[in-house]
Amino acid sequence: MTFVVALTLFVLAVFLGVELISKVPPTLHTPLMSGSNAISGITLVGALTSAGAGHSTLTTVLGFGAVTLATINVVGGFLVTHRMLGMFSRKR
Amino acid sequence: MSDDLIQLGYLAAAVLFILGLRGLARPRTAVRGNQLGALGMLVAVVVTLTDQQIIGYGTLAAGLAVGAVIGGLLATRVQMTGMPQLVALFNGFGGAASLLVAAAGFVEVLDVDDPDTQTSVATAAALAIGAVTLTGSLVAFAKLQELVGGGAVPSPVLRVTNIALTLAVVGLGIGLVADPARWWMWALMAVALVLGITLVTPIGGADMPVVIALLNSLSGLAAAAAGFILDNSLLIIAGSLVGASGFLLTGIMCRAMNRTLTNVLFGSIEAGGVAADADEVYAGRVTSSTADDVALLLETADRVAMIPGYGMAVAQAQHAVRDLTRALEERDVEVVFGIHPVAGRMPGHMNVLLAEAEIPYEQLLEMDTINPTFDRTDVVIVIGANDVVNPEARENPESPIAGMPILDVDRARTVVVVKRSLSPGFAGIPNPLFAADNTLMLFGDGRGAVEDMTKALAEL
Repeated sequence: MTFVVALTLFVLAVFLGVELISKVPPTLHTPLMSGSNAISGITLVGALTSAGAGHSTLTTVLGFGAVTLATINVVGGFLVTHRMLGMFSRKR
Repeated sequence: MSDDLIQLGYLAAAVLFILGLRGLARPRTAVRGNQLGALGMLVAVVVTLTDQQIIGYGTLAAGLAVGAVIGGLLATRVQMTGMPQLVALFNGFGGAASLLVAAAGFVEVLDVDDPDTQTSVATAAALAIGAVTLTGSLVAFAKLQELVGGGAVPSPVLRVTNIALTLAVVGLGIGLVADPARWWMWALMAVALVLGITLVTPIGGADMPVVIALLNSLSGLAAAAAGFILDNSLLIIAGSLVGASGFLLTGIMCRAMNRTLTNVLFGSIEAGGVAADADEVYAGRVTSSTADDVALLLETADRVAMIPGYGMAVAQAQHAVRDLTRALEERDVEVVFGIHPVAGRMPGHMNVLLAEAEIPYEQLLEMDTINPTFDRTDVVIVIGANDVVNPEARENPESPIAGMPILDVDRARTVVVVKRSLSPGFAGIPNPLFAADNTLMLFGDGRGAVEDMTKALAEL
């Protein structure tokens, strides 16, 4: 992927992100934040490659730390969002 | 699996993230949106595990297992009142993961070859953003968990330090790009970690909604920057989606306080304006009341508005508030809630607490919706809110909070303020609302006072 292609993806995704949530009601501010935070745990994908490639001890250690932290972020983020949203819908 | 198939898998994950975020922005589809996001993540992880570069699965399994257990425990054990801390902590972990991914990616490239400019620039950005997100979030966590004092620390020394450290991070970044070597990386990382601490330390509790939304945005941007190092389209797309949505939320929070982001990060609220003197404002004009008197008022009311603030969270009064709401509704009193966008310590904090107490979200009104209705509201009960109901913001152009949008509770027939004392709120200024003719102060603990009102109402 050339730099320009990567930059194109980045800029388009920023605009898309703004569009997607521009009308979010305040009630959903917290779940949106914790849900989107779980999505930012996507760095897990990069962590898996680093930790699993067996390049050197240093990269494996860094990668292992990254896998662990990113997994906490992903699993915890989606779960806690689900729990929170469960409370929102309970009374309807 | 071939590279093309992996890329297609990433495309599927990206689409699921987009659908997930869109779902999370609407109440009806939020649960589904969250599930779609999780599904996207699962697809991404499974596809990545088939990558032929990966040779050792033991490390991966260990990391995934440990992370899943810790994340699962944190998510299921946390009390709703502890939600701001947890969100801060997760932001920090996300930032830390991107930081480590960037470091590992850069080391790998360095060992093989001289990195190109894209890789070096992206590494510098990911290291800086990831490190600031990590330590900034940890400081926010410590403040919210009350491990350290939560107040604002207006310190000119820290302000100069922040500017110096920011320049140092930029300088080290330029160094790393000009002469890619490991020691630049470690130095940049170290300075950025310190910057995260000094940046968030002076920021007080009431500004936390801005800080948490900003850290949320940064955790996404760190992932996107890591994507530029690894040439990974999914990291770039997902990271920038989160970065954008977090930044939008940051803007909403800043507008709700009539402050700029620079002012929140580098300024302090005391900087401008002339605050009125507390003795002058309150002298002899404050009317103290009792739960019994308030109950008499509530009994004859047609419409009651509750205004919760951070004090309700501290006193864990949300369930007591729910009981009072039910008691009033049984007497055919209309009860609504007025929610200021920055009430509490994170965006949407009050909504989460009231949802936990099973108050339907239709009853929670936004500031712009409830403001025109105060003049036909009989009783307003302010529970643990202060600056967001201070009429000074509207009436005194000299006030430090002048221009901040507020809830116009002073226009209601009677205002009952539940509060421990006359101590000022975060802005450190007296609130003339407490001395107004139509205001009754009910001094005491938030939960106890609300419970007393419910009891007194039942005895009438």
